[in-house]
Parts: sequence; C-alpha cells; structure tokens
Amino acid sequence: MNSDKNPRKFWSPLLAGIGLGVALLGMFVVTGHGLGAYGFYKRVTIWLSNDISSQWTQANTYLSASLNNHHPLDIWLSWEVAGIAFGALLGSMLARRFKFKIERGSSINITSRLSLAILGGILSGLGASLARGCTSGLGLSGAATLSVAGFLFLMGFFIAGLLMAKITRKVW
Amino acid sequence: MDYIPQYMEIPAVIVFGSLFGYFLEVSGLGSPKKLNAQFVLKDWSVFKVMFTSIVVAAAGLLILGNDMMWLIDSSAFSIPTTFFWAMLIGGALLGIGLNVGGYCPGTSVVGFFSGRIDALFFMIGMIIGVLLFAIFFEFIEPFYLAAQGPESQTLSELIHLPSWTIVIILFILAVVGFILGNKFEEKSNGIINSSDLDSE
Repeated sequence: MNSDKNPRKFWSPLLAGIGLGVALLGMFVVTGHGLGAYGFYKRVTIWLSNDISSQWTQANTYLSASLNNHHPLDIWLSWEVAGIAFGALLGSMLARRFKFKIERGSSINITSRLSLAILGGILSGLGASLARGCTSGLGLSGAATLSVAGFLFLMGFFIAGLLMAKITRKVW
Repeated sequence: MDYIPQYMEIPAVIVFGSLFGYFLEVSGLGSPKKLNAQFVLKDWSVFKVMFTSIVVAAAGLLILGNDMMWLIDSSAFSIPTTFFWAMLIGGALLGIGLNVGGYCPGTSVVGFFSGRIDALFFMIGMIIGVLLFAIFFEFIEPFYLAAQGPESQTLSELIHLPSWTIVIILFILAVVGFILGNKFEEKSNGIINSSDLDSE
C-alpha cells in the first residue's frame, strides 16, 4: 500500500499503550520509580540559574531545596530524557516520519505558533512545578501506583483541557 | 534503590527511557495536532494510550508485588502524596498548556526529536515557567502546600476497596473509553495519521 518513501502509519493506540505500560512497569521494577520529565526541566532551570547567579539561586527557597546535586547529568531523569530523545529519534527515523517542520494549524502563522508554543510551555512549567510532576511523572506513573494524587492530577488535566479546547480549537 | 547494582541503574534508565520515547513516537503522541485532537474528541489516542499503559503497569505492579515479593518490594515504590489544590490546578494548567502550546513536558521531547522545531520553543517556555514559579514561590507557597493528604495515599486506601478491585474498575473504564472513543472517531472521521501531518 505504501511506497518506500512515504512515512509509515502510527501504531494502534492499544499496541503502543501496552508497550508503554510494559516500559513503565519495567522502570518501576528495576529502579523503584516511574517515568517522568518535569524533574529534568527543574534541574536544567536550577543549573542555568545557578550559573547566572548562584547567590540568587541559593537564596531562592524553591530552587535551593534541590541544589545539592545541581548538575543535570547527576540525576537519573537526565539520562531518562536522553533515552526519550533517542527513542523518539529512532522511532521517527525508522518509520520515515522524521521531518524538520513547525507543526501548526492552517489558520495561524509561524510567529503566532512559536509564540503560543512558548506561552504554553510557560503555563506547563508553572503547572508542573505546582503539581510536583507532569503528565508522565504524576499522571501516568502516579496513576499506575493507584495513587490519589495521580488521578486527581489527571482529572484536572482532562477537564481543563476539554474546556480550554473550545477556545483554542481554531489554533489547531 | 537496591533492586539492581548501582552501576546498572543508569543503563536501565536509558533503556526504559528509550522505550518510553519510542512508544510515544510510534503512537503519534509527538504530534501537537494529534494530541490536541483528543481535547476536541476527534482522536482518542491520548486517552487510549495512557489508560492502556496505566492498566498494564498497575496490574503488573500488583501481580509482581503480591506474588514475587522476593523480586520486588512494593512498599519501596515511590507513591506521590496528594496536595489537593496544587495538583488539581497544576494538572489543569498542563491541560491548558497542551491546548495553547501543543505539548506536555514529556511529549515536547518526543516532538523535538522527531523534527518539530515548535517543540523546542515549548521546552524553552517550560524553563521560563519553572523560573517564574521559583521567583514567585513565596506567594505561591501557601497554595502549594494546602490541603495535604495522607502520605502516599492510594485509591484503595481512600475508598476502602482492594487494589485488584480498583484495577478491574480501571480496566472496565478503559474498555468503555475505547468503545466511546471509537464511536466519536468514526463519527468525526477525525483520527490523525502520519500522512495528515505532511501537508503543511
């Protein structure tokens, strides 16, 4: 059906979900913790902030609490994110889906798309800091341990996402 | 952790991290269009992938934790503690962030490493967001710590049902979600595939 140059289709969500579940289970069994991403961003922020002004960083209550091993490569999350990057690269290259692009809806221009990407990132940075985790670290991994925290987070995530989509659907 | 020798932990983390990134990419969740199609109920991949993996991992943890105590110690798993308002509103902000910016923190890494430049802008935004949180932490702190629940509370402790009952309920919810999702997807013909992303 596909010629050799076309990108391959995405997997069925059931199959990919089973694979993801097994990877998450494996991570728990081997290391005792699940998968995450937010901790990596927090470490990078601490590292950058400490590089620019270690005085300010040490005085900041939130950042200084995690300052003890401040280099991002010191902690497992950085290696995990390196793995995520490698896995994504491998998956997209093998299936000929890798392509440099700015993915956007047809009704917005590149400048608006990139501005919104930064704005969405800022909101997510605030949200993940507040929640103490992100969709992977708290939503997925937290729910797999049947924690109340994980399901509370997912409720907030899906309800707000569905409501906000009424406004942002034009963007996509 | 004591499960494996210290020097094996980083390689293990890289392997499972790679699998995580791989399965997110092959399911299409590195695409902001596909992620956002969930919130307009046209493409239910986010729900399907997430709930499938939650049920698989939760059932696996339960089985291994019960029958293979010699292999893993389920009491050593890191189970997050609830901070009601911070986690509900934090989750909401991530939902809104996905609508506005196109990604969540993990999928932005997948997006960027499958060629999406917009994902890099989202990642830069994340760092600004964390920095803003730190700058205003004094004002946010009371809210950040409000309504703390019991340490590492699970659903089975909250509603007094055995863990396996909860996993069965989650499995049923997942099946219902799949059936409902399929109906919505058929009606809107809204499933986004890789060929739909090449047009721009």
